[in-house]
Amino acid sequence: MEARILDELRAIVDGRGLISSPEELHTYECDGLTNFRVMPHAVLLPSSTEQVQKIVRVCHRERIPFVARGSGTGLSGGALPVENGIVISLARMNRILEVDFPNARAVVEPGVINLDVTARIQYNEFFYAPDPSSQSICSIGGNVAENSGGAHCLKYGFTTTHVLGLEVVLPDGSLVHFGGKTLDTLGYDLAGVFVGSEGTLGIATKIILRIVKRPECVRTLLAAFPSTNEAGAAVSGIIAAGMLPAAIEMMDNLAIQAAEAAVHANYPNCGGLLLVELDGPIAEVETLMTDVNEICRSNGASEIRVAKSDAERALVWKGRKAAFAAMGRISPNYIVQDGVIPRTALPKVMSEIERLSQEAGLRVANVFHAGDGNLHPLVLYDRRVPGQEEAAEILSSNILELCIAAGGSITGEHGVGEDKKKMMSKMFAEPDLMTMQRVRSAFDPLQLSNPTKIFPTPRLCGEKPGEYTPHPLESAGLAERF
Amino acid sequence: MDAATQSQSTTLHSSFRYKLISFLGPDHVHAAAPADAVAGVQPKMIVAPGNERELAEVLRLSNEAGLAVIPRGGATKLAWGNPPSRADLILSTARLNEITEHAWADLTVSVEAGCTVQRMQETLAQHGQRLALDPLWPEKATVGGVLSANDSGALRLRFGALRDLIIGVTLALPDGTLASSGGKVVKNVAGYDLPKLATGAFGTLGIITRAVFRLHPLPRLTRSFSVATATAEETRRFIHAVQNSKLAHTSLQARFESGAAAEVDVLFEGTEAGLRAQETHLKDLTETAGVSEASPEIWNARQSLWSSLKPESTALAKFTVLPAEIEKSMETIAKSARARHLEWKGVAQATGIGWLRLEGGAKDLRVSLQELREQFERGTGSLLVLHRPAAMPSIDAWGDAGDALPLMKAVKQQLDPKNTLNPGRFVGGI
Repeated sequence: MEARILDELRAIVDGRGLISSPEELHTYECDGLTNFRVMPHAVLLPSSTEQVQKIVRVCHRERIPFVARGSGTGLSGGALPVENGIVISLARMNRILEVDFPNARAVVEPGVINLDVTARIQYNEFFYAPDPSSQSICSIGGNVAENSGGAHCLKYGFTTTHVLGLEVVLPDGSLVHFGGKTLDTLGYDLAGVFVGSEGTLGIATKIILRIVKRPECVRTLLAAFPSTNEAGAAVSGIIAAGMLPAAIEMMDNLAIQAAEAAVHANYPNCGGLLLVELDGPIAEVETLMTDVNEICRSNGASEIRVAKSDAERALVWKGRKAAFAAMGRISPNYIVQDGVIPRTALPKVMSEIERLSQEAGLRVANVFHAGDGNLHPLVLYDRRVPGQEEAAEILSSNILELCIAAGGSITGEHGVGEDKKKMMSKMFAEPDLMTMQRVRSAFDPLQLSNPTKIFPTPRLCGEKPGEYTPHPLESAGLAERF
Repeated sequence: MDAATQSQSTTLHSSFRYKLISFLGPDHVHAAAPADAVAGVQPKMIVAPGNERELAEVLRLSNEAGLAVIPRGGATKLAWGNPPSRADLILSTARLNEITEHAWADLTVSVEAGCTVQRMQETLAQHGQRLALDPLWPEKATVGGVLSANDSGALRLRFGALRDLIIGVTLALPDGTLASSGGKVVKNVAGYDLPKLATGAFGTLGIITRAVFRLHPLPRLTRSFSVATATAEETRRFIHAVQNSKLAHTSLQARFESGAAAEVDVLFEGTEAGLRAQETHLKDLTETAGVSEASPEIWNARQSLWSSLKPESTALAKFTVLPAEIEKSMETIAKSARARHLEWKGVAQATGIGWLRLEGGAKDLRVSLQELREQFERGTGSLLVLHRPAAMPSIDAWGDAGDALPLMKAVKQQLDPKNTLNPGRFVGGI
C-alpha cells in the first residue's frame, strides 16, 4: 500500500489505531477458521463512527477492499482479509450506549461482547436472548454480520429477531439508519437484509437491540436413549404435543464421551442424549415438564433427570457447550460442520452419515440443535496419517450434500463466508444468486465491502474446508461455542 | 394526455391484450371495471396467470412494453399507500392458491401467494397448527397481500411479525426472473434474507409468488381478560404492571374512544393449570379496577375500526410509538381530535403499534393527521394514512422514510429499473 494512503489512514485513527507491522498483522490473517489465511495490508482500529466513515471514504476513493472484524471467532472465514485489502476492527467501539428498560431496548456499539449485554441488564431481570456458544468472546457486530443463533433460538429467534435498528456506514462512507426503536419503520426492511449479510453490505456502527424479560422459571431435563433415533422420536413427540421448548439439544455417544472427558458433566453413557429446556410461568412449565417426561419415557428413555439447582443446570449446559472443544480429548484433529435438515429427516440423514463415516473409515461425532434440525457433525481425523485430512474434508463436504438433498441448508448459524461459497450454487439456482447480487450492488456498487465472500467464484487451487481450532479462551475453559 | 398519445396508448393496450390472450387464454384476461380502480386510478385490464412461470412472463412482457403493473391478491388493502402514478394492468394472484406442502412434523408450510390466510389456517389446524398471525380480513386477504402490506395483529407481541415467521420466498421480478431465497428450514443463514426485503415492500420490488413459513402449535386453551380503567394514569399503571410482570401473556391491547374510558385486554394461552395461575397473578396486579373474563371477540377490535365506515367523513391510520408510550399516544390523539371536533376510536397494542379511526370534517381530519404524524415522528414513531375521504386535501400516505431513502431507491432501481411495479405507491415516491 502506498505510503501516502497509510499516512492518511494513520492520521484518522490517531496513530495508535493502525497496525501495519507484519508481526502484529499475523493475528488478523484468519478468523476461527484457521486454514484460510490472507495477510492484510493494514488493520485499522477506529474508536468512533466518524473514524469508520473517514476510513471507508479513503477506501472508496482509492478502491481498497475492506473487511470488518469483530472478535474473529467466526467459523466460516467471514472475517478473513481479502488480497490487497485492509481490516477494520471494531473492537474499540465497545460501549453499551443506552439501556431502556421500559421499552426493552439497548443501544450498543458493534464491539460490545454478546454476554456483556446480559451482564449489564440482568440486575433488572432482563437478558439478551441470542446465545451463540462463543457468547463470552464474540461481538454483537459479528453476531449481526452472521445472524448468529444459539441453543435458545428455537423459542426466542435469531439475532435478526432481536436487532430492531442499525446505524450503518455504507461502502461509500455515507451514514444511514435502518429500522429504529419503534417497529415497522417506513420503507424497506433494510435492517432485515443487513443482518446476516456477512459484512458485504457495509459496517454497522450502532445497533438497537431488543432485550427480553427473564421468565419466571427455567427447567432443564436430561434424557438418555439407546440411540439418536429414539431421541429423535421423542423430539417429534414433544413438537406434536404442541410444545415450544426454549431449547432441545441432542448428542450422540461419541459427543457424550468427549464432553465427559473434557468437563465431567455427569452425563449418562448412552447412544443418544436429549437435553430439553422449558421456561415460563412455574405452573405452566411444571405441567409441560410432566408431559415431556412421559414422552421421553414412552420413546424408550432409560434414564431421565431434571436439574435440581442452577448449578446442576449450568453443568448440564457446560457439557453441551464444550462439545466442540472437547473433541480434542478423543481426536487429534477434527472439522466442525454446520448444516440444517428438516427435523423429520434426522433418522435418514443420521444413518447416511453413519454409512459415509464407515466408508471413509473416520469417526463422526454428532451434536445437534434438535428442535430446529441444525446439525453439527464433527469429523474426527489424524493429520499425521497420510490421506486422512483429505478424506475428512470430503466426508464433511458430503454431509452438507446430504443436508441439501434432504431439503435443508448448508449453514444454520456459522455463515457461508469463504468456506462454503462453493456450496451456494448447490443450494441456490443462478437467478436466485443473481438477485442477491443485485441487492448487493445497491449497497456496494464497487464491491469493496468484504467482496470475495458468500457468492461462488470458480474453484481456486487449495480451497478446502477446514479443521477446527479452539479459540485460546475456549481451550482454557473460559468460553465455549456451538 | 393529448389525443395522439391517447390513441397510441389505446393501440398499445389492445395489441398487448391480444398478446396476453393468446398466451393465457381468453378466460384469464379481462377489461378492468370501475370497481377495479386502485386508490382512484383506473387500470385497463386484469390478468390472472395460472402459475408462477406464467405470472413472471406476463410481468416481463408488461415491463418490456412499458406498462405499469399493480399486483393484487384479495384486494382488501389495495387502497393503502399513495395512489399509483400509473396503472395499466392488474396482475391477480387469484389462481396461484395452492398449499404446496404442510410439513406438519417440521412445523413449516409452503404456500402460493394467492391462497387466503383463512384457507391456509384451516388446513394447518387439521394438524393442530397455525401461522401465529392475526391479520385483517383473513377470509379474503391472501398470503402475498398480507406479506406485501406487512399486516399484523395483537399476536405479534408473542410471536413477532411476518418478518419473523417467513423463512422462504419466491419473487417474480419485472425482467421475468423467478428468484428464491431462504428455504424450507427455520434455521438458515445461507445468502441474503430476501424474504424480509419482500415483506412490507408493498409489491414494489417483485411479485411474491410463494412463501414458506415457520408454524406454531395451536394453543391448548386460551383466556382473555379485560380491565376498564377510569383515568389515563390508571391505564398507564396497569399496562406497565402487566408488561413488567413475569406473566407470559400472548397479547395486550388498549381500546380507547371519544366519550368512554379506555379498556385494556390481555390474552393468555397455555395449559389449564398455567392459565389458572396467570389469572391469579393478573388479578393481584390490579389495585383498583376489576379484572373480568372477556369474550375472544375483543381481539376483533382492530378490524372493527373499519365497520360501518362512512368513506366521506372517516380517516383511518396506523401509528407506531415506543412500547412504553402507548398511553401517551392515546392522550395525544384525544387532544388533537378534540381540538378539531373529531370523533375518535382506536386500538393500541403493547408492541407500540396502534390503529386509529377519526371522523369529522375533511379539512379537520387533514390537520389532525398531520399534527399527529409530526408528534409521533418526533418520538421516532410514524403515522401511516390508510384511508382518507376523497374530499380531504391530499396527504402523503407514509411520512418521512429517513436517511436510508436513497438506498431504498437504489434497491428499487436494481430490481425494478423501469418502475413497472406499483409506481409511486410507496415511501418517498417509490
